[in-house]
Amino acid sequence: MTMTEPRVPGTPAKAGIAVKIDGVSKRYPTGVVALDDINLTVGVGEFVCLVGASGCGKSTLLTLIAGLDHPTVGEIVVPGGRPTLLFQEAALLPWQTASGNVELALRLRGIAKAERRAKAAELLELVHLGGMGERRPHELSGGMRQRVALARALAQEPDILLMDEPFGALDAMTRDLLHDELERIWSETGKTIIFVTHNVREAARLGDRIVLLTSRPGRVAAEFPVDIARPRRIESPPVSSLAGDVTAALRREVARHGR
Amino acid sequence: MAVDQQVLTQQLAGLDALEESQGRRRITAGQLWRKTWPKLAALALALVLWQLVVESGWREEYVLPAPATVLAKLGEIVTTNSFWAGVGVTARRAAVGFGLAVVVGGFVGALVATIRPLRVAVGALITGLQTMPSIAWFPLAILLFQLSEGAITFVVVLGAAPSIANGLIGGIDHVPPILVRAGRMLGAKGPTLFRHVILPAAMPSCLAGLKQGWAFAWRSLMAGELLVLLGVPSIGARLQAGREFSDAPLLLAMMIVVLVIGIVVDGLFGMADHRLRRRRGLVDTAT
Repeated sequence: MTMTEPRVPGTPAKAGIAVKIDGVSKRYPTGVVALDDINLTVGVGEFVCLVGASGCGKSTLLTLIAGLDHPTVGEIVVPGGRPTLLFQEAALLPWQTASGNVELALRLRGIAKAERRAKAAELLELVHLGGMGERRPHELSGGMRQRVALARALAQEPDILLMDEPFGALDAMTRDLLHDELERIWSETGKTIIFVTHNVREAARLGDRIVLLTSRPGRVAAEFPVDIARPRRIESPPVSSLAGDVTAALRREVARHGR
Repeated sequence: MAVDQQVLTQQLAGLDALEESQGRRRITAGQLWRKTWPKLAALALALVLWQLVVESGWREEYVLPAPATVLAKLGEIVTTNSFWAGVGVTARRAAVGFGLAVVVGGFVGALVATIRPLRVAVGALITGLQTMPSIAWFPLAILLFQLSEGAITFVVVLGAAPSIANGLIGGIDHVPPILVRAGRMLGAKGPTLFRHVILPAAMPSCLAGLKQGWAFAWRSLMAGELLVLLGVPSIGARLQAGREFSDAPLLLAMMIVVLVIGIVVDGLFGMADHRLRRRRGLVDTAT
């Protein structure tokens, strides 16, 4: 692999808007206001991390961008192409093998049967799971399952990856490696990524930009550009320092609810 | 970066290897024996108890023959062609009736599970039908179809279909929502979502419904063969013949045949269920 040019942080690799969220509010029938007047623009090829405490509607926002649900007020336009959503649980179909899960994504995209197997093997290779195609989800570790889920998402050839705390349930060691892995795939494929997490360090490690959301209702509280050169390490001083700033802001936000 | 990439690959491979689950286990002769001997012991105990009851003189030997007599009779009839013709007739009826019940129950179950007003309308009715003894259908079946194969099939289908429908409905109700969302995210909807996500996810419960449906079908079929005699040498007809000619050994031998067929088919369902659960990692491999 050749050395890829590190991106200038905070600026999209390609010009253009991938996702535009315009005055979006979401109220559930129970009366809970999950999101309140969210305005956010994500550039094509940008890696944006959404950070917030519980109840900030991070997951709701991803669901809306994915088109699985509709906003009560406002509009979401996705000129950046097809989005797909990755969940905290890998959500693999337990009766299918790893390869079968990826092949189903290809099949639903209308890829011919003859090509599916080879294409799935290629995608599993991309997430370093070559030769694991015949395993079933229960025979894989949590980190391996998440990588199969990533391969399955990539099989849809999405332009935008929406990731809902995908590494939240993994141990620190595995998570670190998957950060490297995701950064590599992102820089190789140039996809737009919107990554939800409650782990501030993870956001500083991965994002071009960190968007801090308030809780109940979810609003955009602050934005932090991440001016740190890639590749980054989660334990490096600039990442820790930025994570400190974001954490301080997050704590102030959480404290409001304690009164 | 190239070196980094290699290191990353190695580290991931290392973690994967460490987290590798233990290899699959093979079934050994010892395991087979551990599963088999309690069954053989239970069978031996049943035969001993039977023999003791016979020896106590509670009933005359021509009414309640000894196990040896019955087993000899069984050994004798299984070598005859007419016995196997009878088994064939009964097996065909069972296959046709159960097959139709799968189609009807599956269709109704899928509709009721996915269309809400239909659920409200007939959900309770299906459960009601499930609890209805199939023998209660026979008078109506005979009125509708006279003494014919149709009457038997009608009752077998009505006996089995509600269980099959309920198994499917229960399975669909318990499909994890995350899998449905994942399926929708992959672009599946409507019948495609049903086929690739909902139906396979509902399969364990569906299989339980099929198993229960089979039990009801088999009972209904035996009742039908006793009531609707068509001059064909089915298992039920031979059972009835045993009673009419006071041939107790024949009667008991045929009852054993009914029991064995029931156990064998139940075992097949059990194997299918075990296979399904093993593939999904729902079998505890620690023991």
